[in-house]
Amino acid sequence: MAVTLARPGSRDAASRRFGRLAIGVLLLVLLFAPMLFGSYRIFQITTMVIDAIALLGLNILTGYNGQISIGHSAFYAVGAYTVAIVTAELGLPYWVALPCAAMVSFVIGFLFGLPALRLGGAYLALATFALAVAMPQLLKYKLIEPWTKGTLGMSIAKPAVPFGLPIDQDRFLYYLALLVAVGMFAIGRNLVMGKVGDAMMAVRDQPTAAAAMGIDNSLLKTKTFGVSAMYTGVAGALGAYAAQYVAPDSFTFMLSISLMVGIVIGGAGTVSGAIYGAVFIGLVPDYASEISKAVPWALYGSCLIACVFVMPDGIHGVASAITARIASHSKERNGGGVR
Amino acid sequence: MQGLLHQLATGVSSGGIYASLALALVMIYRSTGHVNFAQGEMAMFSTFIAWSLLDRGVPYWAAFCLTLAVSFVGGVAVERVLIRPMAGRREMLLVTVFLGLFMICNSVAGWIWGYDTRPFESPFESFTFLQNPYETPHDLGAMLVTFVLMLALFGFFQLTRAGLAMRGSTENPVSSRLVGISVDRMSALGWGMAAATGAIAGMMVAPTVFLEPNMMASVLVYGFAGALLGGIDNPWGAVAGGYIVAILENLLGVYVIGTEMRMSVALVLIVGTLVVKPEGLFGQRKLARV
Repeated sequence: MAVTLARPGSRDAASRRFGRLAIGVLLLVLLFAPMLFGSYRIFQITTMVIDAIALLGLNILTGYNGQISIGHSAFYAVGAYTVAIVTAELGLPYWVALPCAAMVSFVIGFLFGLPALRLGGAYLALATFALAVAMPQLLKYKLIEPWTKGTLGMSIAKPAVPFGLPIDQDRFLYYLALLVAVGMFAIGRNLVMGKVGDAMMAVRDQPTAAAAMGIDNSLLKTKTFGVSAMYTGVAGALGAYAAQYVAPDSFTFMLSISLMVGIVIGGAGTVSGAIYGAVFIGLVPDYASEISKAVPWALYGSCLIACVFVMPDGIHGVASAITARIASHSKERNGGGVR
Repeated sequence: MQGLLHQLATGVSSGGIYASLALALVMIYRSTGHVNFAQGEMAMFSTFIAWSLLDRGVPYWAAFCLTLAVSFVGGVAVERVLIRPMAGRREMLLVTVFLGLFMICNSVAGWIWGYDTRPFESPFESFTFLQNPYETPHDLGAMLVTFVLMLALFGFFQLTRAGLAMRGSTENPVSSRLVGISVDRMSALGWGMAAATGAIAGMMVAPTVFLEPNMMASVLVYGFAGALLGGIDNPWGAVAGGYIVAILENLLGVYVIGTEMRMSVALVLIVGTLVVKPEGLFGQRKLARV
C-alpha cells in the first residue's frame, strides 16, 4: 500500500488550484511587463527576478536542508566573476558564460561543502560568515589579478539581442533572466517536492533517523550545498550583466545578510517564499533609503526579528493561510466536499 | 631580527583585542550554548555609550564603570526580550534573530552617532611605567586588562556557586532545574556578563582602530577564530587562541601571503579548526547520546 506523507505546506486541491492561478497571472504580468513599464522599472524587476533565483538557492540549503549559510554572497561573486572573465577576457557569448558560471559555482560550492558539512547549525553559519568576509579580499589576490583586475573591477557588455528581435538590450536581458528563472524554479520545485526534497528535510529534522533509513547524510548535504551555490552563482552571473560591472567590494557580507532576510521574510522552506522575498528585498531598501542611509538596515533587522516572532513561515505562511481560508469558504458556499 | 620582534609585538597587541572579544563569546557560549553573531556590534554600541559619557566630561573610570553597568542591563534585556522566547525553536530562527540584532545595533549606532571615525581616549597613555620600545602603553594596558578579565571569568566559572550553576544549566538544563537552579536566570546573567565583557573589549579596541559603527566587523571574525582555535568553552583557551590567531595573522601577512590576504587566514583557521579539531586546542570534547 502506498502511504502518502503529509508534508508541511501540503494543501488541498482547492488552494492548489488557487496557487496555480496565481502563478499563471504572475507569469502573464511578467511576460507583458516590458510593454507596460519604463526602463528603470524594468531594471528593478530584472533585479527582483535575479534575486528570486539566488533566494531559491539559499532556501534549498537553509530552508529545506537546514544548513545555515550567511556566506552566499561568496557564491554570487563566483558566478559574477565567472561571467566577467568568460565574456570580457575570453570573448565568449552569454550562452556559454551562463552555463560556465553555473558549473564553476557548483564545483566551488561542493568543495566548500566538503569540510563544512561536518559542522552543524551555528558553526556552519560561522564558517560561511568567515567566507563572506574573506571573499572580497580573495578576489583582490595578486596571483589571480591578471584575470580579476583586482580592486579596479571589470566592465561587462550586456548580451547582444539575437535574431534582430525588435527589443532593446535591457528588455532582452529581462527576458533572458525571466527564462532562466522560470527554468530554475521548475527544476528547483521538482527537486524539493520529490524524493530528494524529502531526504533533505529528513536530514534537517532527524539526521540520525535519516541515516538509519539509508540516506548518506554527508553526501546529500554536500550536494545540496553545491546545488544551492549553483543557483546563487547563476543569479550572480545574471546580476553581473544587469550591473554591467563587477568589483570585489560589491560582494560583501551585507549581500549575504539581505539574502538571509529575503528567505526568512519570504518564507523559509518554501518555493514561493523566494518570490515574496525577492520582492521584499527589491522594494523595501529603495523606499527606506530615501529617509536615511541607516534606515534600510534598521528596518531589515526589525522586520527579521518581528518575522521570527509573529510569522515564522514568512509572507508565504500568511498568503497560504489566506488562500486556504478563501478556498474553504468557497467550498462551503458550493456545498461541495465529502465530509 | 628587529623587524621580526616588531611584527611579533604588533601581533601581540592585536591579540589582546581578539582575546577580549573571544572572552565575550566564551561567556555567552558557557551560559547559553549559543554563538552570538551580534557580539561585536553590541560591543561597538557599548563603546559609543562610553564615548558619549566621556564627551560630556565624565572622568574615564567613572564612564568605564557606568558603561559596564548599562551594557549589563542591556544584555539582560536582550536575553529577556529576544532570546528567551526562542527556547526550543529551530536553530535557523535563532541565528536569524542574532543577525537581526547585528543589523539593528549597527544601523542604530550609525543613525545616532554617524559613520565618521572618531578617536577614543585611552586611559593608559599617562602611565609612565608602561613605556617601552615595542608596545604602546595602551597595548600593554589592554593586555593587562584582558589578563585580569580572563582570570576573573576563569575564577567565576571554576570557583563560584553561580559559575557552577551556569555551567550546569548549559550542560544539562533538566537536571539543573531539578536541583533548584533557575536556568532562565543563569541565561540572563550570562548575557549581561557577556555584554559587559564585550563592552570592555570595545573600549580596549576603540583607541587602536578608531570608533565607528563598523569597527568590530573584522575583529569579530578574528575573535571567532581565536575562540574556536582555543576552545570556545574555556576562557584561557580563548585568550590563547586570540593571541595565536593575531600572531599568525601578522607574521603570515607580512612574510608569506601579503597583508591584503589577512582575512583569509581567519577563514582557513576557522574552517581548519572546525574540521580537524572541532573542540579547539584546549577545549573539552563533547559527546552526544543518540
